[in-house]
Amino acid sequence: MATTPNKPAAAGKPDAGKQSQKGFVYLPLIAGWLVPGAGHFLLGKWIRGTLLAVSIIAMFVLGLAMQGKLYTSAQDILDMLGMAGDLGNGLLFFVSRAMGLGGQPVETTVADYGTKFIVVAGLLNIIAAVDAHNLRTGRKAS
Amino acid sequence: MIHPSHFAAVVLFSLFASTVFGITMRDTPRRMVRYGAYCFILFVGSAIVLSWVMFVIAR
Repeated sequence: MATTPNKPAAAGKPDAGKQSQKGFVYLPLIAGWLVPGAGHFLLGKWIRGTLLAVSIIAMFVLGLAMQGKLYTSAQDILDMLGMAGDLGNGLLFFVSRAMGLGGQPVETTVADYGTKFIVVAGLLNIIAAVDAHNLRTGRKAS
Repeated sequence: MIHPSHFAAVVLFSLFASTVFGITMRDTPRRMVRYGAYCFILFVGSAIVLSWVMFVIAR
């Protein structure tokens, strides 16, 4: 049975992944971090990229709409972890901060949910970006 | 400003997280859908079960 060069992990041959190693390997990872779904778009995975983008952006926007907080400084370990999660949103985080969104203190339960939505959106975006990188390097078959 | 109920927030969170999990953790579209549905059911199901446990403990 013939195998295509675009499925190196499935083929399991030493030279099968050379096709996917050309160019800057980390581009889908960086693009996927900066813009949710962009890493998959670069690889031609349009449906997956769209679903990832919609899910992550919707989660981020809902978090802000619930008056969730964007972490702007790291005073203690919890703030550091929250900031790390927020940074996973890439440009969404920086643009929102530049627009002054998410600056109000958390005073309601819903606002606390919103803060968690924003942090988890960032963590999910990191997972999606790493998935794009794995597709690019051939570690993930398809 | 929106004010979803706790359950609505759980459903929205589960929907988006399950979508990302399904796409990133499996290789084929069929397995992605199945794993995403599995995660969604576990998210919402565990929230309902834990809610009832806390309700019983609080009485």
